Amino acid sequence: MSPAIRIEQVSKRFGSTRALDNVDLEIEQGEFFGLLGPNGAGKTTLISALAGLVRVDTGNLSVMGYDVQSDYRAARRHLGVVPQELVFDPFFSVRESLKIQSGYFGIGDNDDWIDEILENLGLASRAGANMRMLSGGMKRRVLVAQALVHRPPVIVLDEPTAGVDVELRQTLWQFIKRLNEAGHTIVLTTHYLEEAENLCNRIAMLKDGRVVALDTTKQLLRRFSAHALRLRTGGVMPKELTSEATESGGWWSIPFNSFDEIEPLLVKIRTAGCEIDSLEIGKPDLEEVFIRVMQGAHHE
Amino acid sequence: MSERSDLRYGGFTTLFYKEVLRFWKVASQTVAAPVLTALLYLLIFSHVLEGHVQVHGVAYTAFLIPGLVMMSVLQNAFSNSSSSLIQSKVTGNIVFVLLPPISYMEFFAAYVAASVVRGLVVGTGVLFATFWFAPLTFVEPIWILVFAVMGGAILGSLGVIAGIWADKFDQLAAFQNFLIMPLTFLSGVFYSINSLPPFWQKLSHWNPVFYMIDGFRHGFFGISDASPWLSLAVVGGCLVLLATFTLNLLKRGYKLRN
Repeated sequence: MSPAIRIEQVSKRFGSTRALDNVDLEIEQGEFFGLLGPNGAGKTTLISALAGLVRVDTGNLSVMGYDVQSDYRAARRHLGVVPQELVFDPFFSVRESLKIQSGYFGIGDNDDWIDEILENLGLASRAGANMRMLSGGMKRRVLVAQALVHRPPVIVLDEPTAGVDVELRQTLWQFIKRLNEAGHTIVLTTHYLEEAENLCNRIAMLKDGRVVALDTTKQLLRRFSAHALRLRTGGVMPKELTSEATESGGWWSIPFNSFDEIEPLLVKIRTAGCEIDSLEIGKPDLEEVFIRVMQGAHHE
Repeated sequence: MSERSDLRYGGFTTLFYKEVLRFWKVASQTVAAPVLTALLYLLIFSHVLEGHVQVHGVAYTAFLIPGLVMMSVLQNAFSNSSSSLIQSKVTGNIVFVLLPPISYMEFFAAYVAASVVRGLVVGTGVLFATFWFAPLTFVEPIWILVFAVMGGAILGSLGVIAGIWADKFDQLAAFQNFLIMPLTFLSGVFYSINSLPPFWQKLSHWNPVFYMIDGFRHGFFGISDASPWLSLAVVGGCLVLLATFTLNLLKRGYKLRN
């Protein structure tokens, strides 16, 4: 079985800027994959190259085994992309836009599927409305719908929830999760790391056009993040703890691997005469992983 | 998951349909307005010159009508592809056409065919609005159709080039104002080039739009400044050259896939 997406030794320059630098990545069919990185890391360039919107300088990309250049028709039939920009065609209604998009893929009688998408994305009542009349959130839903009209096995969502309300996020993720459960491969880029942590099985992090981390979400959390005792104290933190503790905004954070370590830590603090004002236990989170990976990549 | 496909639908058919629907939805701006403009030209020029000027033995108003029709065909064919592309590029919705499996040949054919349709719709409108003002003959209608379609296709191709090349609306306006307008106005729409001084006559023979209008007018009166076969050769040659150039741009993805 060919991977859903294969990216081999891909590089791309825009003038003196190196947007992608020897990127190698393989995403298996059925994965919910996260592509994370700061602005300018190369995420959108990589997606654009995959979609045939940008031609790379070196390397190969394929979708479901079809090369995006030499076999572009098959590759594009298997790929649905939700672009990052909120774009729409002001001449048409929602339903017209979806029918036209279906036609581009050679699908004529697509009304049943269009109705299903509209229903699932909460757009059914606005199907006849002109695109100009929709709110930003509604336009974003139509973008998602347009990417799905040809039932692509691989769906790429480039920051689909940027600037949209909670209701749309929930509706969108419920629908996308159902598609993933039905076998669709999902590739997601987002700046909302909590979303990526909850949804993605595997994550790649990009910085300056290079993949700087690639692993399952669980492994990344295990490697780069840990539970931490977070406390605000009235006194000075004991010397033996300051080497492992970090301070931010008046809160000290002391990482630990096992809950058995909590009691000895508290004893050390109490013995040093340090009074605890507030205390909480922090869980490992992707934001910490992200920061550490990016800082690590920076120091390389 | 199976993909339901229907051979009646495809990249070319849908893109062509979308482009025609696009201009038809704003027909007051894309069809009615140029018809009115051409009618105003006719009213003003025929008021001033009718009774004073005859061309090839044809009354001036009758001579002017085919020129105005063809000028409208050409200008609107250019406007259709160029304005659609620049709008799509500036607003970003060009991705809807670039993401699907549409070949560069289909892309070119759809935009040019829709431009020809708009040119013919506007040209027909101008003809209906103006032919009440002078007795017209249709001596060889096949020339009328051939030159209208080929002229529309040439200007449609130029519109695709301009739409791809321009990054901003003012760049497109410059293309239109400094190239398309002079070429169409100085092509014998309002006069026979035989009435020009020798230098301007010779210069006019380097203007391909002259052959489009002259050949088109030949279909009405059976009389023209140049042989319709020469006009056909020039117009056909221009179409092949421009189509080849445009297809090459699209194949390379110039300003679209970079």
